[in-house]
Amino acid sequence: MPVRGVDIKIKGLTHKYTPKSPLTFEEVNLEAKPGEALAIIGRSGCGKSTLLHIMAGLLPSTGGKVHLGDTEVRAPSPRWVMMFQAPHLFPWMEVTQNVGVGLRFAGWPKKKIDERVDEALRLVELEKFADHNVQDLSGGQQQRVALARSLVMEPEILMLDEPFSALDAFTRASLQHDVRAIAKRIGINLILVTHDIDEAVIMADRALIMAGSPGKFMDELEIDLPDPRNREDPEVQKMRARLMTAFHDATSSARGQRPAVGDEKDAGTVQQRGSEASAAVAG
Amino acid sequence: MSTVQADVASGGSDQLKKWMRSTGKKVFDFCAGLLILGVLWWLGVWFITLDPTAPFFFDQFGPGAALLEGLPKLWAYGTLQESISASGARLGMGLLLSIAVGVPIGIMVGLSRLTAETTHVPFQLMRMTSPLSWEPIAVIALATWNQAVVFLIFIGAVWPIIFATAAGVAKIDPSWRKVARNLGANPWQMLTSVIWPAIAYDVMTGLRLAVGIAWIVVIPAEFFGTSSGIGYTLQNARENLFYDELMAMIVIIGCVGYVMDAVLVRLQKRASWVRED
Repeated sequence: MPVRGVDIKIKGLTHKYTPKSPLTFEEVNLEAKPGEALAIIGRSGCGKSTLLHIMAGLLPSTGGKVHLGDTEVRAPSPRWVMMFQAPHLFPWMEVTQNVGVGLRFAGWPKKKIDERVDEALRLVELEKFADHNVQDLSGGQQQRVALARSLVMEPEILMLDEPFSALDAFTRASLQHDVRAIAKRIGINLILVTHDIDEAVIMADRALIMAGSPGKFMDELEIDLPDPRNREDPEVQKMRARLMTAFHDATSSARGQRPAVGDEKDAGTVQQRGSEASAAVAG
Repeated sequence: MSTVQADVASGGSDQLKKWMRSTGKKVFDFCAGLLILGVLWWLGVWFITLDPTAPFFFDQFGPGAALLEGLPKLWAYGTLQESISASGARLGMGLLLSIAVGVPIGIMVGLSRLTAETTHVPFQLMRMTSPLSWEPIAVIALATWNQAVVFLIFIGAVWPIIFATAAGVAKIDPSWRKVARNLGANPWQMLTSVIWPAIAYDVMTGLRLAVGIAWIVVIPAEFFGTSSGIGYTLQNARENLFYDELMAMIVIIGCVGYVMDAVLVRLQKRASWVRED
C-alpha cells in the first residue's frame, strides 16, 4: 500500500481567540503515523474545529507547535488540504474548473491540470458531470467535487471538518466509505473532526475524544476493524458502543476538569478505558 | 417516422413556437412603447401650439420636423457622427478613469471595515454634490475644457462604482477566500480568481448606474467651452434657431443612452453566476 502521508506532531498547542477571551483549548498534544486516519470527536464548542483550522494553517495558535512531516505549520499549504462542512465551491466555475483551481494556483500547465482533474473525477465517480456548472449538482455531488478538488492536489493530509453533516443519511454513508477507501488507496493521513460516533468508527483508525472547557483530549480508542466497515457488522457495533461509553465517561470527567490524556497520573485510567489506546497521544 | 423522431420534431417545433411568441411580444412591446412616446410628443407639441404666440412650434419641434428634416440634415453634414464620437470619447475616458479608481477603492472599502467606516462620511458628502457644480473649479484647475468635461464625468460616475464594488466585496462568502488560501492562492490569484468573479455582477450594476449619470452629465458639461460633442451641437442648434436639429439631437441622446444601457444589461447578465432557475 503506498504511503504518501506524513508524521503529525502537535506539542503543547493552546488557543484563545482574543487576549481577553477564555482558552478554547490548552496543552493539546498529538502524534500520528503516516497514512493514519484520526477522528477527533467532541461536543459542539469543545474546540475541535478550531484545532483543525490551526493544523491547516488557517488560524494562528496562541502557543505550541504543529509539525506536519518536517514542516512547522505557519500558513495554509496545498500539502495539507481541508474539506469543510459545506463544499464551498466557486459557483461561477464548472466542475472541472473547480477541481483544477488549486493546480492552477500552483502554476501547472493546462494539459497536466486536465489529466489530473480527469483522474480525480474518476476517483469520485463524477466524470459524467465534468462540464456541468456546480450549481446544477446535488449536495452530495457537490461534496464529491470538493473532495476531488482536495485530492487533485495530492495532499499528504486530508483534513475534514464535519464534511458530511449537511448531507442526507444515504449520501453521507456512501461518502464516508468512499473517502476512507480513497485515502487508504493513496496512503494519505485523514484527520476528521466530527460529533458523529458512527462516522468516527466507519472512517478512522483511531478516535480522540475532546471535551471540557478549555478543550482537552480526554481519551482515545484505537479502531482496529477490517475494511470495508459495515454499520450492521457486530464488530462495528461493538466498537461503536465502546466509543460511546468512552465518550460519555470522558465528557462526564471533563465536567470536573480531570487531567488530560497523557498526564502521567491519569495514564492508567486511559489504558483501562481504551485498552488499545496508543501511546501516540503524548503528554 | 418513429415515435422518438416524432417526439424530437414536436419538441423542436414547441421550442420554436415559444421563441417566436417571446420575440414577438418583445417586438410588440418595443414598438408599442415607441408609438406611445411619439403620440405623447405629438400631443405635447400640439398643446403648446394652441398658444397663439407659438404657431411655429409644431413645424420645428414636432416628430416630423425632428425625424424627417433635422436628423437627415445632421447626418448629411456629418455633425451627428462627429458629435457622437466626441462625446463618446469623453464619456469613455471619464468612465475608464472611474473604473480604474472606483473598483480598487471599492474593493478596499469592502475588505476593510476600518476603511469603510472612515470613508463613509466623506464619500457620501462627495456623492451628494452635483457633478456639474465642480465645473468652475475643473475649468480653473485643468489645462483644457476637454479635461474638465472628463473630470466632471469621472466625479459623477465614480461613486456608484465604488459603492457597488464595496457592496459586492462585502457579500463575498468568506469561505471562498478560506478555500482559496487553503489551496495555495497568492493575493493576485485571490483577486483575479475569487474576488473579481464574485463581484463582477455588482461592478457591472455600478457601471450601469455610472453610465446613466455620466451620460446625463456629459451633455450639459459640453454646453460651454467645448467646440464638439452632443452638448455643443445642441447648444449650437439652439443659438442658431435650428429647432428641428435640436429635437433630433434630443432623440439621439435618448437612443444612444438606450443602446448603451442595453449593452450593459447584456454584460451584466453575462457577469452573473447566479442560476435563474
